[in-house]
Amino acid sequence: MRFQGRTIYHGTARGEALVTSQSISFFGGVDPESGLVVERGHELEGQCIHGKVLVFPSGKGSTVGSYTLYRLKHNGLAPIAILNAECETIIAVGCIIAEIPCVDQIPVNQIPPGSLVWITGGLVSLEEPAKSTSNGGC
Amino acid sequence: MHLTPEENDMLSGSQGRATQKAMQILVALGEIYAATRCIPVSSVQVAGVSYDNLGEAGLAFLSEMADGGGRVRVPTTLNPAGMDIENWRALGIPPDFAENQRRVLRAFSRMGVTITCTCTPYLVGNLPSFGEHIAWSESSAVCYANSVLGARTNREGGPSALASALTGRTPEYGFHLPQMRLPELTFEVQAHVSGTYDFGALGKVIGEHIQGTKAVPYISGVQAASLEELKSLSASLATFGGAALFHMAGITPEAGMVTPPDKRRHVTRSDLDVEAQSLTDGDEGEIDFVSLGCPHLSITEIEHLARLLEGKLVKKEFWITTARATKNDSDQLGYTAIIEAAGAKFAADTCCVVAPIQGRFTVMATDSAKACYYASGKNRFKTSFLPFEEVVRQAIE
Repeated sequence: MRFQGRTIYHGTARGEALVTSQSISFFGGVDPESGLVVERGHELEGQCIHGKVLVFPSGKGSTVGSYTLYRLKHNGLAPIAILNAECETIIAVGCIIAEIPCVDQIPVNQIPPGSLVWITGGLVSLEEPAKSTSNGGC
Repeated sequence: MHLTPEENDMLSGSQGRATQKAMQILVALGEIYAATRCIPVSSVQVAGVSYDNLGEAGLAFLSEMADGGGRVRVPTTLNPAGMDIENWRALGIPPDFAENQRRVLRAFSRMGVTITCTCTPYLVGNLPSFGEHIAWSESSAVCYANSVLGARTNREGGPSALASALTGRTPEYGFHLPQMRLPELTFEVQAHVSGTYDFGALGKVIGEHIQGTKAVPYISGVQAASLEELKSLSASLATFGGAALFHMAGITPEAGMVTPPDKRRHVTRSDLDVEAQSLTDGDEGEIDFVSLGCPHLSITEIEHLARLLEGKLVKKEFWITTARATKNDSDQLGYTAIIEAAGAKFAADTCCVVAPIQGRFTVMATDSAKACYYASGKNRFKTSFLPFEEVVRQAIE
């Protein structure tokens, strides 16, 4: 399966999809020192975003989230790429200054959790589900 | 995107490295969101101020912008810092944090940013008028400025707001365009809503419904709303729904200029109660931190608080967060003396969302739906979501 989206920040990445149908606030919702999702009751609560292709519909919450992405990158805990349905300014700016490949206008509900995703420019391709996942972890 | 000769000059680097970096960020956003040009902005609010949120990485970014000759071109105000700039010791802020926080504030000062340190710039002199194009961060203030004031801004991230300050411009897309400000979904409120607590719960009901879709809500059925209630609603809608704009029939300035969408959803008392209850997971008996001022308290709220606390004694750690300028008014009016005599503490310039207090308390009582969200995720507290007067009662019991 392949999708053509809009490039928010260019780059190439290949990794396991961590998928949620819920919006994410990076500030307050993700711990920049551990890479863990800490929002109470979030579908991804307790999961680590490091090294994953993070797939979610859109951003929400604090406008400080751009800096949280920048800190995650400096701490070596950033996702390797972000896929959104609709990327808002806060996520876009975070990806630009942290240099995280990001594509939006992607039907995020059609990406199976755990599938192997290949991103090159605005093109997103799904491969066979990954057998082992060694690129992530907190 | 078409750039003017002046904008091309900024992008070329001939006006300094910081201006160049700022223009690069704005051009990247403009290309992504298909803006055809940049437009001038008349005011900027910059978020990303607390050292607790920025870390060394964020501070390095700001220092590079200041070292690179960055200088604001329009009036620019600042979000809360991680501490009360004058009274940080009494609030238990460690000295090394205070030093790092001062480094952040120095970087902003060097760029000409006014060190207001508040999430309510509209209460301390940064008050844009209807139709004005601005570039604000601080999600609650963005929602308030667009909805209540009728100014026009996207939800800027801290770095993109700073980029607009250093260039005086923003790419023209999103909420700057009239057609992007039209409502898509009507929420008919079928309950009497009153107070910051009710309006916070209403923001969560609507926010949870629109999150992910970014539909502009049109809210009907609310008879009256004060500045403080609209401040609470704006904060909650932005926190739970990522909303930048709402219209409220009979209350907000653009509501009468748009057609209420046919697609409707009712909001009942029971919807409000369910969302309000979802914000409480701490036992009342375990409350050890009481917090009012998310967003920062207005002078009206401080007056109300002084009346409630007059002659009483607070038995728990109680923080009142507000803008320095608002606290100065409170000092002059005698409210500060009454409140401090009761044992509550003013924490100006900061708030319980951005101060470095992770893990310091067990259960926080507050009237702010937004504060509950960040207290649990960022600060690892349990929360007790209560009406304003109940919060005060918890503190003195």
